[in-house]
Amino acid sequence: MPSFILRRIFSLVFVLLIAVTVSFCLLRNAPGNPFALNEKQSSPEAIARQERKFNLDGPVWWQCVRYLGLARQNADPDHAVPARFSGLLQGDLQPCLKFKDRTVAELIAQALPVSAILGAAALLLSTTIGVWLGSVAAVRKNTWLDSATMLGALVAISVPTFVTGPALVLVFSLWLGWLPVGGWTGISSLILPAITLAGPFIAYIARLTRTSMLEVLNQDFVRTAQAKGLGERRVLYKHVLKVGILPVVSFLGPLTANLLTGSLVIESVFSLPGMGGFFVNSVLNRDVFLCCGSVTIYCTLLVGMNLLVDIAYKWLDPRIRLE
Amino acid sequence: MSEPISTPAAQPPGTWRRLVRNRVALAAMLVLAGIAFVAILGPAIFPYSPEKVTPHSLHLPSWLPLSAEQAKLDTDRGGAVGRWQHPFGTDMNGRDVFSRVIQGARISLIVGLCGALVSFFIGTAYGLISGYVGGRTDNVMMRFIEMLHSVPRLIIVIVAIFTFAPWLETTLHRTLPSLEGYAKIMILILCLGLIEWLSMARIVRGQVLALKEQQFVLAARALGQSHARIIVRHLLPNLIGVIVVYLTLTIPAVILDESFLSFLGLGINDPQASWGSLLSDGKNVINPIHSYWWLLLFPAAAMSLTLVALNFLGDAIRDALDPRARS
Repeated sequence: MPSFILRRIFSLVFVLLIAVTVSFCLLRNAPGNPFALNEKQSSPEAIARQERKFNLDGPVWWQCVRYLGLARQNADPDHAVPARFSGLLQGDLQPCLKFKDRTVAELIAQALPVSAILGAAALLLSTTIGVWLGSVAAVRKNTWLDSATMLGALVAISVPTFVTGPALVLVFSLWLGWLPVGGWTGISSLILPAITLAGPFIAYIARLTRTSMLEVLNQDFVRTAQAKGLGERRVLYKHVLKVGILPVVSFLGPLTANLLTGSLVIESVFSLPGMGGFFVNSVLNRDVFLCCGSVTIYCTLLVGMNLLVDIAYKWLDPRIRLE
Repeated sequence: MSEPISTPAAQPPGTWRRLVRNRVALAAMLVLAGIAFVAILGPAIFPYSPEKVTPHSLHLPSWLPLSAEQAKLDTDRGGAVGRWQHPFGTDMNGRDVFSRVIQGARISLIVGLCGALVSFFIGTAYGLISGYVGGRTDNVMMRFIEMLHSVPRLIIVIVAIFTFAPWLETTLHRTLPSLEGYAKIMILILCLGLIEWLSMARIVRGQVLALKEQQFVLAARALGQSHARIIVRHLLPNLIGVIVVYLTLTIPAVILDESFLSFLGLGINDPQASWGSLLSDGKNVINPIHSYWWLLLFPAAAMSLTLVALNFLGDAIRDALDPRARS
């Protein structure tokens, strides 16, 4: 087990480096220059000076190597900064190219909590309600309850969040006046975005749970448990759910990473200051540092959660062996 | 080893019958046929050109009762609005929302369909080669997919749009000026196809890995058939089911992606309209003082109906192809 975790952490670093490298190179090779885009009239010399200052001069691979912290950065004789290693591996996310007096780390530290709180609420909603609906549908298979749940789930998956979001705002904020329209003003402002964000995932998890529960319900150990005379509830909760939930658990990795790092649509509909907006704008502004910083956070969460998921798997289903 | 060597049928018998007997699937097909019909007829049934600006801006759906104040406003703006003149209302520039929703259907559906086809060609070819060749090639090709998976799709699609757009626009300008207006649509099709093929490739590869070990492939080899012929004549027909299911499910995904890009302002631009751009316009004018709900409701309804129908159909085809899955 420890060697397994060690190996996974090693692969985490590897995946992270690859994702950041690819993002960095893609963005630097895309048409458009961060320094020319943000400042209207820049002479080529001014741009070159800026590029040198931010270690974005020279070939793209060399820029990337310096960003990752595998080579020394340019020395800055004006401010007596020597050539030193200061990149991703040293934990330096660089300054933001759009707002030059802020560092990427500051911006992320400011936006991540908003996205994370919202994401955690949505995560809680989607797993609990999703698993509950899915198991109800599986146990009451082929009844109207089952069909209605699954119909509703497919509808919820199909309708995009920028339809449900404004629709909820229209009904609950503007017509009924129960909840705030948007902004970040406390628990009540969290309800609508969390529901909007969780909606499709509730549906997806309900479908996953139903399918896997149906499979488990047909297995021998369930019949054994019933034959032993265990109560229906006990069989369901103690035996069926524990195995039936496995596909949901493996979906939790990508789900958590997606939810916690924010969704631009939700943030823009509800005017929340989260990560999604930063990420999209960083790509539009060719702000490689902010973009790669966001990718770093996303990948760390994704791979880290996948590791936790694998460990949880082992605990839920002892037949599984981690390699 | 005594089982007879034969090419299994591409689909289990009765697939079509099972599909049509499924009431939900039938309803989905009828809805899609209706939407496609309206979209194809398009200009023939537009009451107005979707780009025509009228003085009646932000007019309620015209079949709703008007307050005296609004009726007076209509008269001031150049005449009362007929009961069925703007059934879905008008937008900020006085354009007829009904016509714009139909226009949006044309663009969204063509982008969804062609984008899914692009992803189908790339994904199937990639998956077939990776699975059939196997070994180290397969390993490298799959690692490449994993690498693309770890990079957020938004970066890929935005960079692709910014890279291809100027190139395509100049090329079209030089060679086919008549198509210049469609450059944006082509770029969206290409770029969305480029990000949606990953799952298709994985699924096809998985199927090919299982299929190529079967005896009919061995028999075809023994008979001296070329690899290309085995892929085309023996493997592809067996993949049709999976591919059709996945294609049906990719179309709504591409439509959704397109609407997301339009939402960001990277997709279809005014005065052209897709469902996503209409929704994005509609969202922008929702505020606590006025809710111009018709700008949101009608495009949202059209888009949601299409996506729901496509997803239902995809599910139903999957069930029809694999009768065991349901029971």
